[in-house]
This record gives sequence, structure tokens and C-alpha cells, in this order.
Amino acid sequence: MSTNVTLDKLSRQFPRSVVETHTHRGDATAIVRKDEILAICRFLRDDPELAYDFMMDLTAVDYLGKEPRFEVVYHLYSLSKNQRVRIKARVPEADCTIDSIVSIWVAADWFEREVFDLYGIIFNGHPNLKRLLLYEGFEGHPLRKDYPLKKRQPLIGPLN
Amino acid sequence: MGITTAFSTEEPLGGSVVLTKLEAAINWSRKYSFFLYPFATACCAMEFMAVGGPRYDLDRFGAALPRFSPRQADLLMVVGTITHKQAPILVKVYNQMTEPKWVMAFGVCAVSGGFYDNYATVQGIDTLIPVDVYIPGCPPRPEMVLDGLMKLQEKVTKEKWSDWPRGPAPVKMKC
Amino acid sequence: MTDSAKNLHTEQMVINMGPSHPVTHGTVKFTVTLDGETIDDLKVDIGYLHRGFEKMCENGTWEQVMPYTDRLNYVSPLINNVGYALAVEKLFGVQAPERCQYIRVIISEMARICDHFTNIAAGAMEVGAMTVFLYFVEARDLLWDLLEELCGARVTANYVRFGGVKNDLPEGFGAKTAQAFETCRKLWVDVDKLLTKNRIFIDRMRDVGTMPAQEAIAHGFTGPCLRASGVPYDVRKAQPYLVYDQMDFEVPVGETGDNFDRYLVRMEEINQSMRIVEQALARIPRGPINLDMPALRWQSKDDTYNRIEALIFHFKTVTEGVKPPAGEIYSAVEGANGELGFYLVSDGSGKPVKCRVRPPCFPLTAAMPRMMRGRLIADIVPTFDMINMIGGECDR
Repeated sequence: MSTNVTLDKLSRQFPRSVVETHTHRGDATAIVRKDEILAICRFLRDDPELAYDFMMDLTAVDYLGKEPRFEVVYHLYSLSKNQRVRIKARVPEADCTIDSIVSIWVAADWFEREVFDLYGIIFNGHPNLKRLLLYEGFEGHPLRKDYPLKKRQPLIGPLN
Repeated sequence: MGITTAFSTEEPLGGSVVLTKLEAAINWSRKYSFFLYPFATACCAMEFMAVGGPRYDLDRFGAALPRFSPRQADLLMVVGTITHKQAPILVKVYNQMTEPKWVMAFGVCAVSGGFYDNYATVQGIDTLIPVDVYIPGCPPRPEMVLDGLMKLQEKVTKEKWSDWPRGPAPVKMKC
Repeated sequence: MTDSAKNLHTEQMVINMGPSHPVTHGTVKFTVTLDGETIDDLKVDIGYLHRGFEKMCENGTWEQVMPYTDRLNYVSPLINNVGYALAVEKLFGVQAPERCQYIRVIISEMARICDHFTNIAAGAMEVGAMTVFLYFVEARDLLWDLLEELCGARVTANYVRFGGVKNDLPEGFGAKTAQAFETCRKLWVDVDKLLTKNRIFIDRMRDVGTMPAQEAIAHGFTGPCLRASGVPYDVRKAQPYLVYDQMDFEVPVGETGDNFDRYLVRMEEINQSMRIVEQALARIPRGPINLDMPALRWQSKDDTYNRIEALIFHFKTVTEGVKPPAGEIYSAVEGANGELGFYLVSDGSGKPVKCRVRPPCFPLTAAMPRMMRGRLIADIVPTFDMINMIGGECDR
């Protein structure tokens, strides 16, 4: 497996924060500690050799039964280098928060709201952390694995 | 055409006088002048565009003019999935429409929720408002929609004077 | 500003535009704070078509996700099909046979053409040009006829399979496509004549919803809207998938990133996509359309009915689903609105742990306030049209 410039640089720059790196099917992935996510993202964007100017996707995964339970997943893309990288930060259920990266990529705004809405992960420092896809009054977070598929909370109408 | 069933000309008067029941005459005129309100939410809107387009041409049935104000419309076409977030809006739009009004559930999501059986979707709009004609299909073919519209026209011709709604009968918002 | 204009105090007015509003073809609610006709602030509320796509995927097998992908961007369902199939194939680490790859390129580009037709048709209609709507809906119907012949459905195709496609191109597909394209090109020229130099259309579109390149990148723009801002990013060129690297096509870019450029980029992309389809049809090789890999596919009906092993195998794959090896991948294709990415996580079982779609129009819709502040309320309409927000994809 060829070494990846991004992963190398990242591991060297943040030796304590980068927990693990791997490349699966050509997708470079770094698993990092959530405390330093802001610094890591800023480095990835600002380092001229990396220049990850696109925040392509931000989502979360619920690994119910594992500890830490959640993973916040960032997909970044560098236009000038034509490189992709995936950054994952593990978030335990007990401390279900992570720093918001809206200050680095504006695009993260809605993506973070969506993750908050569907997974209940709180993004510290987000300017407007409200539900996005669901409505006020909806209890719980439907994409958590322990939320039943058909548990409906209608605004009006019967509970069908 | 409907005119022969709704009206009859009286020969002794030289064909210059038309006799009919008021009920039949009104129903006849209503069925060829649907003003529709496209409550288009989802994929079915693509087929709705095709139905309104030149090839299938809703205009042939007198239902060509979409009104985007519920006050001016009498046929509510619910085109696509209705989610729980959307439900109050649908009922509000329905209540804003003046009588007489009809509702067409366009596509299987509006009919029954379709294959979206989960926390977010309403399982058929008939849990919220009364529906006159159901058009299944995901999305239904334009021919199907035209068929549904003709079914509705048939239904309208059979409406009785005594059944016509008198005064507002809004659907309650709270369950 | 003159004195009188400065002294004219207007009270701010808050207007709800939507969620059921004629121009919001996706259901979306704008809460507009107006100063006269000028937009002071705009809040976008989405989620009216949130149908729980990811939850449904996690509760079904990998194959059962395919029909749901049709209904993400329902204007170009086949691209979603292709994108999802490519993602699952990446998870397996396999590639579809060459003929299948050509078929996928053909259907992707046809879907893209349909998407752009629809977008321009609806967009023009909403600024008052009804004729364009009629022309392009007819053009789209011509292509839908071809797709219907190919896969049996007009809109929601569900045509692509893992490691292949459902069936081969029908007899005479190339000739019929050539015929349809001829009419489409005529209609394209008509629309071009109607719109591109139309004073009213230009006034509504030019310098409206402008997004400079740098900001567009920061907002996560992709697809025609990013290219209109002058950034030539196209997944088909940057990271070619299928056989796009063997195709000869241009990526049109705009200059200013306003709505008119977005329109021009889309118009040109229609032409380029037609070129790709024609090249692919001319070069398509003979050969199998499906991978010969039982772990990936259902057994053929013939085998299932006649061989007991195949029947058992069929039963197992249908009930348990195909089982990709554990792992996670992100795979992107160029959707009609931009980068359509699939992020899949598998734990080696028949159901996805996570099936995430990166919706291209989601960041575009999120940037509406940025594009609209300080503009007139009438500018919302063309801008919202040209970012082409599709509810099924944006809200999922």
C-alpha cells in the first residue's frame, strides 16, 4: 500500500491526536481525537501542500454497542491536488459533543445541523444549531440505531 | 360527450330550447372546468409536468389551468409524498379551498405512503383529508392520471344536489 | 442614495414564501425579511420531503436500497442508480464489464440531459416563458421514451444492478437515439433562440444570485453551479469513473457565477452529454453486461427454477441480501447537480450500517441566504430555479 502524503503529514503534525490511519480501497482515512478537530481541519485546509478547500460531506455513524458510540465523518477534497481524505472523530455517548468547523468551511453549517437533528451530536460553537430536516417538537434522533423505524410523532393526524 | 347526457333538446320547440335538470347542468359544467392546485412535493411532480406538457395535455379535459392560490382552485392534486412536517400545510391548503372541491391522491405515496413506511411519512393522505380519487403508481404514468381524472369527472356527474356541501366544513387540525 | 430615499423609512416586513408556493418545486420555506422589496435576511427551512432515506436503507438489504436511490434526485434517477452501484462495487472491489460500463455512461448522460431539460424548462416557465416549458418537456419525453424501452419505467428506473445492469440495450436503440437527438437538437436550438438573447430573460438572470469562485468553493458548490463560477471541477474529468476517460467532451465553465451563466453552462452540458452518448453508442463493445460473480447477483430465473443449488442460493441472497466485505468507502459520481457521493459502511452483513448520500443541492440550497441578501424578492425565483433544489435529494 502506497503511503499517502496527507496521512503522513497529518500524523507528523498531530502525533498525539491522530489515533489511526488506513487506506481501504484507495480511500485515505485518518481517525483523530475529537478535541483537536478544529486544529486538524484548519491545518488540512491551510497547508499549501494539502489545500483541502472543499468540505464535501459531513455525517455521522452510530455504532450502537461499541464504545465510543458515534463517529463524525468528514470527507474533504482538494481541488488543486485532486485528493480526497476522510477524517473520522469518535464521539462517546456520554459526551456527545464535538467542535463545529463552520468557522473553517461555511459549507459545514447545514451538514452539522443535519447531524445534530438526526443523531443528536452537539456541535460546540455552531452559530445556529437547530433542527433542519425534522420539526420542533420531534423527540429523539431518528437515525440513532435505537430509534424504532416506525415510531411516528405526527404534528397532526392519527398515529398510523 | 357529456352534453348529450346532461341536456336534451325539445323537438316541438324547434330545438331552440334546452331542458335539463339544474343539478345535471351544474355538474356538467363543473366537470369540464377543474381548476387544479398542484400540491407537488416529490417525484410525481415530474410526471405531473409530463401530464401538463404537450404530449398528454390536460387541457383536453378542461383541467389545464393550475391555480396557485387555493382560493381559486377546486381540485387539489396531492402530487407526491406527504411527510409529517408537511401534513399541517396540506390540511391548511385544503381548508382554504372553497367548496365545491375535490382531492386527487397522485402517486402511491399520497395514496398509502408507498414504500416509505417510517417515522417521517404520513401513511396516505386520507388519514388527513377526504380523498375522491386515488391514482396508484410510483409515479403513475400520464395515461393513468388522465384515467383518474376521467373517473373523477364521472364521479362529479353523479353528485346529487342534496349532497352538495352547504357552508364550510373544515378538517380539524388537531387529532 | 438620494436624501428622499434615505429618509424613506420602511418598516421591515417578514414574509413566508412557501412551503406550498408555485415556484418552490421542491417544497421549501423561505422566511424573508423585507425592507421594501429588498431582502434583508432570508431563512431557508427544508425537510418537508424528509422521507427517512437512510433509515430505510439501514433496515433493508443492500439491493433494496436501489429503488430508494431512484427517488433521491428524481429528475435524473439513473445517475443515482449508477452512483450507488459503483459505490457497492467499490466496497466489493470489483468492476463491471466493459459493455456494462458503456451502458452506464449512456444512461447517466441521458439522465443528465433530462435533468437539464427539466431544470431549464421549469426555470424559464417560472420567469414567464411558457413556450420553453412545452418544448423541453417534449424533448424530455422523447428521451424518456428511450429509457422506457430500455428499462420499463419513465421516471424511477431501478435499472442498474451490482456488477451490471438489468438488461441489455434493446434492438435498434442506437438508431432511435439518433432520431430522438435530432429532434432534441432542434428543440434545443429553438429554446436557445427564445432565451439566450431574450432581453427579459437576461434581465431576470444576469447578475442575479452571483457567487464568486472562492465563495462557491467554501460553500461546497459542485456541478453546474460551481462551473458557472469559473471552476472547472467535474468528477468525470477530475477522477474519471466508468469509461469517461475515453470520451471526448468539454466541461463548460462560466465567468461570473450568476444565474445566466448557470443557464448557459447547463445548455452547453446538454450538447456535451449528447456527444458522449453518441460516442459511447458508436464504440460500445460486445460482451457480457453482468459480472459473473454469484456473490454479487441474484441467480438467473432460468437457473432458479431448474437447479436446486441455484434455488437455494437464490433464496439465501434474497432473504439475506448480498454481503459486501466489512469496510467503508466513499464513491463519487458527477450527478446532474454536482458531486453525488455515496458513503457506505458495511459490517459484512446483508444490511448497510450506513448508507449516506452526499446531496449536491444541499449546500447549494444552504447558500441561498448568502446569494439573496440585498437583492430583490423577485430574484429569489430565478436563483432558486437555477440552483435546482430537488426535494428528494436535499431532504432525503
